[in-house]
Parts: sequence; C-alpha cells; structure tokens
Amino acid sequence: MIRHFDPFVLPFIVGFTFLLTALAVLYSRWFIQLEAGSHPKILSAFFSLKTLNAIKEVFLECLIHRKIFKINPMLGYMHMSLAFGWFLLILFGKLETFIYTGRFANAIYYPIFFRFFELNPHQSALLNFFNISMDLLLLFVLSGVCLAIIKRFKSRVTGLKQTTKHTAGDRWALSTLWLIFPLRLLSESLTAAFSGNGSIITQPLGDFLGSFLPAQQLAYISWWGYSVCLGGFMAALPFSRYMHIPTEIFLIFLRNWGIFTNKKYSGVSNFELHACSRCGICIDVCPVNNESGRRTTQMVYFLRDLREKKLKHSITENCMMCGRCEQVCPVAIPLTTQRQIQRDKSMQKPFSDFSYLERISYNANEPKTEVLYFAGCMSHLTPGIRQSMIKILEASGIKYSFLDEKGPICCGRPLKLSGKTEEAQILSEKNRTLIMASGAHTLVTSCPICYKSFKEDYHLNIKILHHTEFIDQLLVKKQIAIQRSDEKIAYHDPCELGRGSAIYNQPRQIIRRVGQLVKHPDERENARCCGGSLANLSVTTSERNEIQQSVSSYLSSQPCDIIATACPMCKKSIGRFAEKPVKDIAELVASGLDESFMNEKAIKNQKYNELIFE
Amino acid sequence: MTEQKHIVIIGGGPAGLQAASGLKDSGHQITIIEKESTIGGKLNSWHKLFPEFQTANDISVYLINSINNSNTEVLKQTIVTKITRENNHFKISTAQNHSLKADAILLATGFELFRAEKKEEYGYGIYKNIITSADLESSFRQNGLKDLLLGKTHPRIGFIHCVGSRDKKCGNTYCSKVCCVTGVKQAIEIKQLIPHSQVFNFYMDLRMYGQNFEELYIEAQQDYSINFIRGRVSEIAENIDGTLQIKAEDTLSGRPLKMNFDLVILLAGMENRQDYDNIMDNNIKLSRSNGFIVPINRHVRPNETTIPGIFIAGTCREPLSIQETIADAKSAASTITEWINKQSN
Amino acid sequence: MDNNDFSLSVALAAIEPSFAWCIGCGSCTATCSAAQFTEFNPRKINLLIQRGEVAAIKQELKKCMLCGKCQLICPRDVNTRKIIQNLKRIMQ
Repeated sequence: MIRHFDPFVLPFIVGFTFLLTALAVLYSRWFIQLEAGSHPKILSAFFSLKTLNAIKEVFLECLIHRKIFKINPMLGYMHMSLAFGWFLLILFGKLETFIYTGRFANAIYYPIFFRFFELNPHQSALLNFFNISMDLLLLFVLSGVCLAIIKRFKSRVTGLKQTTKHTAGDRWALSTLWLIFPLRLLSESLTAAFSGNGSIITQPLGDFLGSFLPAQQLAYISWWGYSVCLGGFMAALPFSRYMHIPTEIFLIFLRNWGIFTNKKYSGVSNFELHACSRCGICIDVCPVNNESGRRTTQMVYFLRDLREKKLKHSITENCMMCGRCEQVCPVAIPLTTQRQIQRDKSMQKPFSDFSYLERISYNANEPKTEVLYFAGCMSHLTPGIRQSMIKILEASGIKYSFLDEKGPICCGRPLKLSGKTEEAQILSEKNRTLIMASGAHTLVTSCPICYKSFKEDYHLNIKILHHTEFIDQLLVKKQIAIQRSDEKIAYHDPCELGRGSAIYNQPRQIIRRVGQLVKHPDERENARCCGGSLANLSVTTSERNEIQQSVSSYLSSQPCDIIATACPMCKKSIGRFAEKPVKDIAELVASGLDESFMNEKAIKNQKYNELIFE
Repeated sequence: MTEQKHIVIIGGGPAGLQAASGLKDSGHQITIIEKESTIGGKLNSWHKLFPEFQTANDISVYLINSINNSNTEVLKQTIVTKITRENNHFKISTAQNHSLKADAILLATGFELFRAEKKEEYGYGIYKNIITSADLESSFRQNGLKDLLLGKTHPRIGFIHCVGSRDKKCGNTYCSKVCCVTGVKQAIEIKQLIPHSQVFNFYMDLRMYGQNFEELYIEAQQDYSINFIRGRVSEIAENIDGTLQIKAEDTLSGRPLKMNFDLVILLAGMENRQDYDNIMDNNIKLSRSNGFIVPINRHVRPNETTIPGIFIAGTCREPLSIQETIADAKSAASTITEWINKQSN
Repeated sequence: MDNNDFSLSVALAAIEPSFAWCIGCGSCTATCSAAQFTEFNPRKINLLIQRGEVAAIKQELKKCMLCGKCQLICPRDVNTRKIIQNLKRIMQ
C-alpha cells in the first residue's frame, strides 16, 4: 500500500527508473564483454582484502576526492562537497525516515520528499538532530554548487586555467543538477513557512519568504520543480559526464580485482571511458595545450570523441604520450594505453619493406662480449652522450661491444607509437637477433625510448639497463669514481624514463655524487614534457618549438648552473633554447671521472675483464 | 664653425679605427673604448684576407697609423658598464671608473663567432681534430698547422660550410655571407702549405658574391684540385685513431657518403650576442634583428639607429667582410659629422 | 614538366606545408637510418613531390623506419618524418 503519494513525484520516478534500466543494460553488457579470464578472477578476489581495499578507495576518491584535493584544495572541496554532501544527504535521509517510520522499506521517493509528506515529524531530540543535519548538509552541497558555478566563469578560482568544453548532454545534465539543490532549499523553506518543519536554515529562510509570498502554493510548484530536475538529471545522466558517478565505483572494484585495459579494448575499457568525469584536470597539464591554447586534443576530448564514436585520427595522433595526464587523473584511467589502442586500431595494413635489413648480421668473427651498448638513433646526433659512454665503459674495464657504432637500426618504438606494431616487430626481430648473437648478458642503452622498447617488446632474457642505472651500479660497486664539484645541477626527468619506466632515483644518486642536486616543482612524476616526442604525429614545428621553449625557460630559471637530463631527445629539445648548459648524466660523469682512481685500478687489475654484476 | 663635440667610439676594431680616422679632421674630440689590451680587433687574429690574400696585419697597421698623429684618445682594456641619456648628450660609465660625456656614440662592437659546440652533431669540443675557421686562421698566423696534423704527409682535410648559419636548429636562419669565400680561401691556403693534402669542401650553396670571389673558386678547382661536394654534413663520428668520419649526401649524384678525415674545419658564422640592454638605460632601446643592430633605413640611412645620437658601423649590424666594414665605417663617420652639424644649427 | 601531376603536393600542403621549405641540402639523407643500408633518399622524395613526379615514390616510402633523425637534423625545420608518414597514408 502506498502510504504517501502525490503526482509531483512522478517525474522523479520516471527518471530514476530510466536511469536504473540504462545502467543495468550497459553494465551487464560491458561486464559480459570483459576479457576471457576476468570472471574467474573476480570470483576469486571477491571475498578478499582487495574488495575491502576497493571500498576504501571508493570512499577516498569518489566521496572525499583526495587526489583532487592534492591538485588544488578549492577544486577538491568543490567536488567533495557535491559528492560527499549528496551521499550524506541520501544516507541521513534514509536514517531519518527509518527512525521516524520504524521501517526501512519506504517508497523510494519518501526520504527525498520527506518534508513535503511529513509536516511535523521532528518530535524527538534525535529527529531534531537529523532535521538540523539535513539542513547543514544541504548547505554543504550548496556551497559546492556555488563554487561550480563560479568555476564556469572564473576557473582560476579552482586552480584550473581552462575548463572543459561541454557537450549538449553535459549541458542538460549540468543545468538540472545545478537546479536540484537550490530547488530543494526553496521547496523545504516554503514548506517550513507554513508548517514549521524547517530547521536552522530552512526555517528562517521560509519565514522570510512566507512574509511576502503565498508560501503554500509556491511550495507545491517548487516541489514539482525539484522533482522534474531530479528526474531530468537522472534521465540525462547516461548521456553526460555524470555517468562517471556510478561507473567509477565499478571501475575501482574492477581495478582492485586486477582487471584493467592492457593491450586490447575490452569490457573494462568501457568502464574506464565512462568513468571520465570531464573534470578537466588533464587539460592544464597537457604540453600540447599549454602553449598553443588548443582545446581539442587533450585526453578528456579524446575520451569524449571515443564515447560518441566521433574520434578522428588527427586527434588520436596529436599526443606526446608523455603521461602527464595519467599522472593527475582522479579516476586513474589508463589514458596513454587507451590512446595507443586507438592508434593501433586506426592503422592500415602494414606498408613497409624492410627486406634490406636481411643481409645485416652480427660479425661472426667478433668474440662474445659481456656488455652490449646500444646508443640509439638520437644519440648519434648527440655525440657528447655517445663519447661519454665510451669513455665510461673504457674506464670501467668491462668487456663491451658497441652494437650500433656504424649506425643504428631503429629500435622500432617510433613505429609502434604510430600504431604500426607489425612493422615495428620486423625491426625488433632483427635487432633481437643481433643482440643475442653478441653473447652479451647485459644490454645498456642511452635512449629511454629504446630502453622502453627493449624492456616491453623485445622479450629479451638478458639484463636491460638504461645508462643511468648502469653508471649508478658502476659507482656503487666502485668500478669508476667521480670527483665532486660545487656545481648546482637541476635534473629534468625524461618522460619515457621517469613516468614511462619509473626510473627517478638513479639519475639523482649520480648527480649527488657529481655536484649539488637542485630540486624544482615540476620534477619526478610531475616532470614536464620536452616536446620532442616522436609519438606526436600531428604537431607542427612552430607548436613544438613553443613547447620546447617553455620547458627550456622553466628549467633555465631554476637556481642551477647546469641542466641535466638522461635522454638525447630531451637534450636536443631543451638545449636548443636553454640559457644554461644542458648535459646528459653520462657527460657529467665522463667529465668528472677521477683519473687517479682509474690509474690505481689499472695498475691493480691489468687484465680486468670480469664483470662484477649479479 | 660648430663647437667641439665629443664622439665616443665603442670598439677599437677595423670599423672603430676607420671611423676615428674619418672623424679626425672634423675638429671634434674622439675617444675609442676598447675592451682588449690591443686595438685592431679581429684583424689581429687573421693571417690573409680574401680574395687576393692581402696580409691582415698590413691593414691593421695602416688603420692604426691613420689615427696615430691625431688627438684620438684610445682607452684600452676598458669595459663600458652603463650608458644613460641626459638631455641632449650621453653619459658613459666604465668598469675602470671613467665617466664620459658624449654627444654622439658610435657602436662598433663587432661580431662573435658562432659557438660551434652548439652544433653538437659535429663534435666540436668533443673530438680532437675538429676546429673552426677562426682556429685555423690563428694557426696560419702562428704557423701551427703542423701541430694540428702531427706530421701526416698526405692528410685529408674537410671544410664544412654553413655551421651555425642558415640553420633553424641553431637559432640562426640568416646567411653569414663571408664564410663561403673564407672556406675557399683557407682551402687554397692549406693546399699551399701541404701540397700533398686532399681537401674537400662540403657546402649547400657557394656564395661567391664579391669581386674576384668567383675567380678564387675557379682557381681552387683549377690550380689546387680542391674537391667541392654539394651536401650538408649531418653528423661526424670519431674513429679510434682520432680520424673523423663525416656523413653527408652527395646531392649532385644523389648518394649518401661516409668519408674519413684527419682534420675537419667548421666555417662558423658571425653572430651579435652583445647584451646592450644590460648596459643601456631603459629609454634607450636598440632595434635588433637576429641579434644584429637594425638601422633606421638600410638603404639610405644605414649607420643611424632608432636612437638619435647612437650610430652603428661594422659587423655589429650585419655580417661584412673587412672591405665592407671599412667602407661602412667611412659612411658612419660622414653620417656622424652631418648629424652633429645639423644639431648645432 | 608541363604534364606533371601536382595533386599530391597540393594535398600534402594542406597537411604538412613544410615540405616546400626544403633547400635540398641533403642532411636528411645523410643521417637517415635506412639510407645507410639501402637506396632510400628522403631528400629525393621531397624533391619529386615538389616536381610532381610521384610514380617512383610509392615503393620507396616503404623503407622508412620512422626513426625521426631527418626531422631532428633539418636546418629549415622541414618535418620530413611527418611528410613521409602522411605520404604513406595517402598513397597506400
């Protein structure tokens, strides 16, 4: 039996039912489309700590928005007040009605329109407490709504230089969302005017309004408005950014259970795409945006286009794949992976002819070596790095061989980043054969791009090191020694080495032995992208120059004597415009090699051929 | 008769010296401020000048003598620290605690050579046997080529044109004009010193713009068998024995080539990287283009800057040969005289 | 050259106009990774586009490894890599 009913609740019911149905259909479809092996994974993880972890993460990220707080407190407060505030309103509302009616199972709309149906419910201290709480929570949410409105016009208030451009669906949902809470306030206040069931905010406001307005009639209209906006919002939700509200919860659970997009687009990818709230934090950090003021290529727009099936190739390929966006995404969507998948998809059949590589082979007369050094294509254009590495290898006494001394066969990663995976595989197969033929048990490279390629795509069973890892090991094991100077050195983390391979410490450890390490704001995971990335196939030369110039002047303005980096591409990009000398870590080490230490060692170990590596 | 004014010339190289010489009979007081311990500027580091191999030293001696018996004051080892404009004259302060009142200033600060380390692909400063044209010229002057080649009897020597010029990646899009003819001249000089050497010049275009320059080119091909390869060198690598491997494309035959050399000379371009803003007052701002100072009108007022009373001569305003520098300084001297006369009337 | 087909260069100019800035210095070919093993010549490809002689290009484009050295070395900031990448897409 329906105890309380009024026609005005119908819009809400319609909207709500529509939303539930839509979500049920979409989620079950995506769930079914999960990759093979996912379902057993979920079953086994369901009753484990992972689920508890997921619940914790849902609380911290979906309600409190801890990640967003770290980026900007105002922005974090805005998101939190809306999400957490609304959640608490629902929760407290449910408790309020339970206490009042003694039943859990009331009509779904009853707690929402409680003060319409119950004109005098607050007859105990406990219920009074709830009355006050509901008012305060409403104020909490309204403060968020105010901030959200201000943010639309003055985004700098929340620390964002640009806000997201909205789709039509977004605008419908946004408008209804923004009206919901003011209308609730209005409805409850007007009702309080003639019933007295308001509290700390609604009562005084109601009394004030009631003094010159026909409260009872207006209240009814307001409740209709409230219901229509609620229903309208829920109906618009699946077509808007607010799809993220339910979706990100599911995403967090899936991720904690070990299910996420890796190499192929699957059911979980749909969850990821729709978990994007279009918060816009990825816009400001994008290097392609900051200088040219572009607002069509950032991840938020890429995901939007992908969702609406309007994705153009020119957008997909206009990305440095630097990972800065992924670093700040509050919902931790694997953004670069998604972009790469789309690049792979949009590539046509292989259009290459690398048969000329077939006649290249490792010189069979060369003795087997211990360490193989691969400079990489770019390092040949920065001979400072190459010569320094040779000097260091010679000083270490290790038996080494320089694979691409005469000239490189490209590692293949630029092809792969363009989506041409099959063609890249031809190159990597060739290089792989040469590497294995050398007999080396360690491969050292100067280029982080090649490094990532070797580690991820080559399936080599030998040790792979970037030269910073290698040099660090040499220093720790005292196979070489450096003389320290007083120079102040600021380090720029290359995207492929830092965010791409999680190597942050070794370069810094080396720098501290060479001179004084100078810290600066945009480093480690927050490091800027030098703009030289080969992954961006669309950017024009002048746009690239702007990016390079901006990073160069940022680094030049740090209180340092030298700018250090660990990637030939970064060295070229930054060195072109920087006002201070730009040196690779290998160059700093080579020029600071302690000669006396070398001579001592040479005397001690005449035939120093052994490798002291684990 | 106009009253005596004070003209300060900043820079005691060929432009400054010639300008002083041109002004010595004007009746005005002339002061040359030179930061080095000798005057003569870059002429002091050059051996022979194109196109007829005149001795640079003869020219600097001529220029210095021309101001010797005049009342030109020369302040050596003096560095200008501040220039301010007060009413209708300028005040110049130096690091050596001079305070000069000038009615007109001539900037003859000259050029700096493009720092070839910036073109990292060529390995200047990294490999041993790579030098610039300026290094080579010094070597000629001091007879030191033997040191460079360590007694090789049939060395192979390469010249690379357009280093730091016509190169967006190095930040200089302009052509430095005089390097091509310098390359041909130095190639001939090397062949004269070491007849059994093999000399190769790698160029993009050969800008033989002046009188007898093309003839010099013909002479290089005809009498000295110098090889000219049209192709810009992309990178240089060092072999174990210290020789250098150049990678270029021989564009005229359409094939990439790799060649080993005993010595490589980089024809670095001219730049003007002087920080005038640091020295000059806020209300005195020079107009610059590619670092060079821009005159009011390149055609009819090439020695006047946008600041009345400040004039320019020589390579601080664009890449010029010695001939052109001297002519430019003469033009500047007569411009200054005209201007002063007009001020007085 | 009266009958040469310039449609490809017109199409390319809309995507990457920098190919017109080439002075034919040859440093792209000099540094090219593929050119040291085979007859691939990026400068020549650029030239043929400008001349409208496109028939010979198609097979040549297959040899590019997309390594990017050409774009890094070019003194005129011609984005040779992007040009070859787009030519491959257009002509495939």
